[in-house]
Amino acid sequence: MYTRDDRFVRWQLYLGFVSLFVGLLMGLFQAVDRANIDLYSSVGLQSYWQGLTLHGVLNVLVFTFAFNAGFLTYVTSRALGRPMAVNALTQAQFWLMLVGVLMAGFAILSNSATVLFTFYPPLKADPIFYLGLVFVVVSTWCTLANIALSVRAWRADNPGQKVPLQAFMSLVTYIMWVLCSVGVAVEVLVLILPWTLGITEKIDPELSRTFFWLSGHAIVYFWLLPVYISWYTMLPKQAGGKLHSDPLARLVFLLFLLLSIPVGLHHQYTDPGVPVIFKYIQAILTFAVFFPSVITAFSVIAALENAGRNRGGKGILGWVFKLPWGDPSVAAQLVGGLAFLSGGISGLVNASYNVNQIVHNTSFVPGHFHLTVGTAVTLSIMGIMYWLLPSLTGRKLWGLRFAQANVWLWAVGVAIMSRGMSQAGIAGEPRRFYASAATYHLPEWDFPNLMQAVGGTLMFLGGLCFFIVLVGTLFFSRERDESVRMPNVDVIIPAEKGAAIFTDRIGTWVWFALALILLSYGPFLITYIANPAFVARGLRAW
Amino acid sequence: MPIERLEKYFLWAAGAVLLVFFLTVSVSAFAWGMQLPNPDGRVDPENLTAPFDKPELREIAPGQYEAVLTAQTWAFLPNKLDIPVGSTVTFKITSKDIIHGFEIPGKRANVMIIPGQVSTVTVKFDKPGEFLYICHEYCGIAHHVMFGKITVA
Ligand code: HEM
Ligand SMILES: [Cu+2]
Ligand SMILES: [Cu+2]
Repeated sequence: MYTRDDRFVRWQLYLGFVSLFVGLLMGLFQAVDRANIDLYSSVGLQSYWQGLTLHGVLNVLVFTFAFNAGFLTYVTSRALGRPMAVNALTQAQFWLMLVGVLMAGFAILSNSATVLFTFYPPLKADPIFYLGLVFVVVSTWCTLANIALSVRAWRADNPGQKVPLQAFMSLVTYIMWVLCSVGVAVEVLVLILPWTLGITEKIDPELSRTFFWLSGHAIVYFWLLPVYISWYTMLPKQAGGKLHSDPLARLVFLLFLLLSIPVGLHHQYTDPGVPVIFKYIQAILTFAVFFPSVITAFSVIAALENAGRNRGGKGILGWVFKLPWGDPSVAAQLVGGLAFLSGGISGLVNASYNVNQIVHNTSFVPGHFHLTVGTAVTLSIMGIMYWLLPSLTGRKLWGLRFAQANVWLWAVGVAIMSRGMSQAGIAGEPRRFYASAATYHLPEWDFPNLMQAVGGTLMFLGGLCFFIVLVGTLFFSRERDESVRMPNVDVIIPAEKGAAIFTDRIGTWVWFALALILLSYGPFLITYIANPAFVARGLRAW
Repeated sequence: MPIERLEKYFLWAAGAVLLVFFLTVSVSAFAWGMQLPNPDGRVDPENLTAPFDKPELREIAPGQYEAVLTAQTWAFLPNKLDIPVGSTVTFKITSKDIIHGFEIPGKRANVMIIPGQVSTVTVKFDKPGEFLYICHEYCGIAHHVMFGKITVA
């Protein structure tokens, strides 16, 4: 029943993991650069910056996007118990992404797009780079269409019933992303492409940044929410527990749909072109968007506690040790969750309006997001793969020891690296920092830089173990195992107990979200666009 | 919607903590003047008008200085500033080409430099010493050599 979709799901995942491999390799290069070891010339890269562009683009724009498309297609079809509504869309989403990645990758590798993953104009890359990104984004629109059509078909066949939780979450995740992708679509299609193609002469850098960050905060929830789906509905099942409330989990996703977009200005706290009043309004909303994650922390930990107690755990914390830490799929996600708790705290620092000025654009920021997207998301995804790969290929997971080493090397590595980054950042070390060649330097950065080098190397070794398991399972696993299915947690309070507004009416929430975006961005955009600054010609500065 | 009692307490507590944080931040910004950068005018990067046609440090009142800086690939102009101890310096900065950044480690001075916009930050230097001002936004191949030095004496 699923084979037609699954073929493309697998290819999509492989695309993601090939990208991640190169991305992690560049991470290693950056880390050891802090110990004055230069690996760039040995592989023919032109500069630290070309490598850093690969690292950012491949890790957060390709790996996450490819995984999400494959994974949520898989989750939707299994949750609904039917193939995806339109197989042509499953195919299109893969081919579009592949073509887009090849275009952008070609531009980066030929050193004509060394603009980092934020590609702030007036840095001016080859148009192929931006066109490639357009293809990737259009691919995600296909995924949304496919998920939405599948849910609609399911509803038509099951009138009056609640959409299964995992399908509901997948749908809301993609709606949230596609809604926010409008920002970067406007930036690229209206501002950047006409300019790099020579149709317009000058660009407004502040306006471009604003459209970029309109998508740029919500994108982090697009990276995160597929992992939340696992933490809510799969991980507790794997550990042997129940989720307390289905309607509350749905509400959390709806809150992300509502709140994750109108907060993008918190990335522009130090921009000269944005009046403080608009920064302040979005600072308030940024604090509000902590809330669904606070609920998640409680709900997921409660479900895990339930699991630990079912396994005989006693006392306040005794249940923690009863969780199946030996199962790498579970351990990876538990470590991911712990990383997210600490990442949340550094996120609160970044979000805190004027406190942000201490850390903005310093190493503190990568210190934050290697805990969040770099570990909470990436390590959890590795954990998910430890059941997903057997389920998709029918092969038994190969190399259990490597899988366990993956988790613990990564955990220790990121703890050291992030610690080093945070400390250096508070001492003013800038991010995007070619440490070994910089002509300025403060002694306070030395030890933290060493920590980054050591921790980053350990992380990379952990990542390498993951790829050994991946390749081993695909090519050396002789045993068949057809028994692995998608975990699906039992809930104590079912969807039927929640009001329809929390469990059914996604459309209403889209309207709320649009209204809030208009309220929080409208006044700024209208006043700004009345008096824009199209003043920059652009530069190929590398 | 039925929410477990403990979870409700937890959410109220988390909400209270976030609220206290936020109020502290708001008071420090709006009452104590630790405010974020605000727009301070526009310039044409290809045709810099006063004061950016002559980037330099000027005394505007006793103990009060204005440091007019320009940023371009890959240098600040001027890239050295000598500042008497105890003075308050308002930095006014703009870019001649692409996006740069401005950060003084150890001070609450941190602002983006965006072509077309004027960035303003004010810093008090009450002890002698040396400070760096660093471009903290990627601005091309030699981004890592773009900085300046402040000597407070
Ligand atoms: C082997 C593991 C990794 C290592 C050693 C590593 C190392 C680093 C270092 C040292 C930086 C700072 C570079 C600089 O600012 O000059 C960095 C930046 C970054 N990393 Fe990683 N990283 C790793 C994995 C990841 C993962 C898994 C992700 C996301 C999925 C990620 C996303 C990013 C992003 C988005 C940046 C910022 C790029 C930019 O500023 O343009 N990294 N990484
Ligand atoms: Cu953000
Ligand atoms: Cu720079």
